[in-house]
Amino acid sequence: MAMLSTTTVIGLEVHVQLKTATKLFCGCSTQFGRPPNTQVCPVCLGLPGALPVLNEKAIELSIRAGLAIQCSIPPLTKWDRKQYFYPDLPKGYQISQFDLPICADGCLEIDDPAREGETRRIGITRAHLEEDAGKSMHDEAAGKTDTRIDLNRCGTPLLEIVSEPDLRTSAEALAYLTKLRETMIHLGVSDCEMQEGSLRVDANVNLHIDKAGEVIATPIVEVKNMNSFRNVVAALDYEVDRQYAEWEETGRSIKDQGKRTFGWDDVKEVTFQQREKEESADYRYFPCPDLLPVRLPRERVEEIRASLGESPEQARERLQSQYGIKAYDAEVIVSQGRAMVDYFDSVAQLCGDGKRTSSWIQQDVMRTLKEQGSGIESFNVDAQTLGNLLNRVAKNELSNDRARDVFKYLSEHGGSVDDAVKALGIESVDESEIESLVAELLAANSKIVEDVKSGNQKAVGALIGQARKKNANANPQQVREIALRLIQEMP
Amino acid sequence: MKKSFTVLSMLDSALQLLKQQADGERSAVEIAEQAIRSVEASQPTHNAYTSFDRELALRAAESVDERRAAGETLGVLAGVPVAVKDVLCTKDLPTTCASKMLQSFRPPYDATVVAKLRAADAVILGKTNMDEFAMGASTETSFFGVTRNPWDLDRTAGGSSGGSASAVAAQTAPLSLGTDTGGSIRQPSAFCGLTGMKPTYGRVSRFGLVAFASSLDQVGPMAWSAQDCSLLLQAISGFEPRDSTSLDQPVPDYLDATQTTDLRGVRVGVLRKAMATDGVSESIRSAVNHSTGVFAELGAEIIEIDLPHREYWVPTYYVIAPSEASSNLSRFDGAHYGHRSDKSIDLEAMYRRSRGEGFGAEVKRRIMIGTYALSEGYSDQYYNQALKVRRLIRNDYDAAFSQVDLMLGPVTPTPAFELGDKVDDPLQMYLCDLFTVGANLAGVPAISIPGGFDENGMPIGIQLQAPALEESRLLSAAAAFQSLTDYHTKRPPNPSGN
Repeated sequence: MAMLSTTTVIGLEVHVQLKTATKLFCGCSTQFGRPPNTQVCPVCLGLPGALPVLNEKAIELSIRAGLAIQCSIPPLTKWDRKQYFYPDLPKGYQISQFDLPICADGCLEIDDPAREGETRRIGITRAHLEEDAGKSMHDEAAGKTDTRIDLNRCGTPLLEIVSEPDLRTSAEALAYLTKLRETMIHLGVSDCEMQEGSLRVDANVNLHIDKAGEVIATPIVEVKNMNSFRNVVAALDYEVDRQYAEWEETGRSIKDQGKRTFGWDDVKEVTFQQREKEESADYRYFPCPDLLPVRLPRERVEEIRASLGESPEQARERLQSQYGIKAYDAEVIVSQGRAMVDYFDSVAQLCGDGKRTSSWIQQDVMRTLKEQGSGIESFNVDAQTLGNLLNRVAKNELSNDRARDVFKYLSEHGGSVDDAVKALGIESVDESEIESLVAELLAANSKIVEDVKSGNQKAVGALIGQARKKNANANPQQVREIALRLIQEMP
Repeated sequence: MKKSFTVLSMLDSALQLLKQQADGERSAVEIAEQAIRSVEASQPTHNAYTSFDRELALRAAESVDERRAAGETLGVLAGVPVAVKDVLCTKDLPTTCASKMLQSFRPPYDATVVAKLRAADAVILGKTNMDEFAMGASTETSFFGVTRNPWDLDRTAGGSSGGSASAVAAQTAPLSLGTDTGGSIRQPSAFCGLTGMKPTYGRVSRFGLVAFASSLDQVGPMAWSAQDCSLLLQAISGFEPRDSTSLDQPVPDYLDATQTTDLRGVRVGVLRKAMATDGVSESIRSAVNHSTGVFAELGAEIIEIDLPHREYWVPTYYVIAPSEASSNLSRFDGAHYGHRSDKSIDLEAMYRRSRGEGFGAEVKRRIMIGTYALSEGYSDQYYNQALKVRRLIRNDYDAAFSQVDLMLGPVTPTPAFELGDKVDDPLQMYLCDLFTVGANLAGVPAISIPGGFDENGMPIGIQLQAPALEESRLLSAAAAFQSLTDYHTKRPPNPSGN
């Protein structure tokens, strides 16, 4: 039977972990990857008598995020308890926001993946702030069912961004997620590391099937546990086929079947239905009596709006036009977030060379940050210092190789370029010294002289290595120039 | 053996104990020893305490004596024994909430009020018995057995702070801390002939108070006199950032407020209509009428007043309090601390059995009421409706306090009833809160003061209520009343024989 015309309807719920130093309602650190249950206190452990106190930084970051996705920010927001039992939820409820979320009625413009140069406007219903639960680790080895609980993550602030069911293809879902992630990173709202769980996606999907003019909607499925964008695409594509096949087989529509929760198995690459019980929860929301409603003064919201600055698209275009770097390079730098764009701007202006800056940031800075597992905000080599270093390279005072030595030293020890140059024993070498060194080498390498004379200037390269062995401070560029001059001057 | 003093050795006045120590008549250790003897003598019959630790009490007292000898400045409650309701976290004593669920729970931290007591150099004597998780009006729902009323051991000391009331009435300590969600300080104070105050919501930090109904709970002082109450209130009041509902307002000198004996110009509104309610005993009516005369004699202007939505207080309270409780008590699930059933075969069984075994009948009843009231499809009829009525009740209070400075009325419909009388009839038990829950719903301070005795010799309390943060006004009026009356000076037989 030929497939009938169908429309896929997708809505996404994205949980973004806010980049606060401490948790939403207590002073515990939010750092990822620490030993289990070391970042906990009576408040996030839910001990009897402990009370939550709001972290205002989370409010500020939520407003930033909300404004960037065109949401309205209400004058007042409040807290509600969402109640369910689970061992990684020690209070037996999650403090969340039910009927007065901090952000509402926004949208995100995405590039239409089906039509080059066109955009699509995806509605955003709301974004609300809530505390994360802990992590359950199920150990089913040796026939035992043993669950271990790590509460380090418990109480970490999450912003749940709920889209309208405006997405029509998995490609659009991917474009939406990519754009949303880029925006959140750019604003410094979140790291959006799916591997660390700081960005999580749930997808609601069903089909509208056109059967001889009558539109039939299939039952809605919410797919959870997708740990990469690739998996979101795969799960959505799988669901489209599965729901069509299920409809053909059973004829069941949204009227016959309520919303079901499915998981994604990324090994078998299939969705599977989760236990019926987890779906029929009544969360019994009610206002949390331990917390006061939060007033969001208009002046503060406008201050935050004014501080948003350029969007990622604007930043990409500006970097290309202002510094002449390539679109790809601008993309990589902007994707690292606002702080990296600021860093790039400062370095490029100090050294006067955008392309050199772009290459150093992508090759040296980003690699080192990755190795150190840190961010640009706390990097040992600040923009002033790198600008200074690249300026010296531009003026030929330091070779690229020596500059890399200096950079490595600075990234480990901090300090100024002068400190590093001194510590590494780098001295600027007098030209006459190099000249006598090169003359000496030329005398010992008549083959090279011959080759150069017969037009192969590249042959001089072999001398550079030898020169640097004798004097590490010899600038390769300088050695090359002097060697060519001396050969030319030879009778 | 040292011969005991007769009057001087009574453990019934914190002010007197402070003076005796300052004058060098008695040491903190001597006071603590006497308190311990009193607890040991009364505990088998009264059962006011869930735990007490003589060594801890003696060490605290020794430290006070040493520092006094060294000429150090001491806290406002130096060397005064204080009994603490077992719903307040203490890091060196168990905190059980009188429940099997927390039978062996020791919190890793002190409640703010407990830390403040220590900072004031009080000697924490022990933890007092209560209705399980503060749910009850007779201390009969305690996992550790009933507490008895020192005035008549067959009668209830009230609840839920029955242990705190019995501990003071039996003169084991001059001061105790209670908590009041719907009357749990004022009703036991009335039943035991004490002065007890529920402060304004937010006046005293709730950090470390195991929550029953978060929007109603408040910690407060219990003692014989308004003056002693003022001392304890002074020590525990004040803003605290760890409690978001705590009020950032200055704390006045409460003891100073008790120096007045003149109530001229004070408008006292008498809740006369309230007393016409069914089930209010004649002795209560006549005590309130009599006290009205005393206030008039003190110069107060007497006005008749009513709070129109009074009949909705108890229904509103019994939707809001169980709703919040059903949520607050979710954390007791056997997963992290507290009772875990040894018959836990899987996760659901662990929850079901741990909670089934750990909670008593009244706690389960309230969790079920609250869960129902918050359920999808019912919350608009119950919880959300109750919030709207609560707003009307608050409006009544605002309107009343635009006409009067204080409101006078009964604390309870009857004096202390006999143990076993109501324990099988929850609705009768809930009606004990008829006159007290209004102050909790409105968030205003209220005080219970001794106002007479009934035909059986049982104490009767009268209640004063004031606008938010007017604790001083309550204490002034109570002290003035106590300057003309002697009900607060009467004592039941002291089981320690002192």
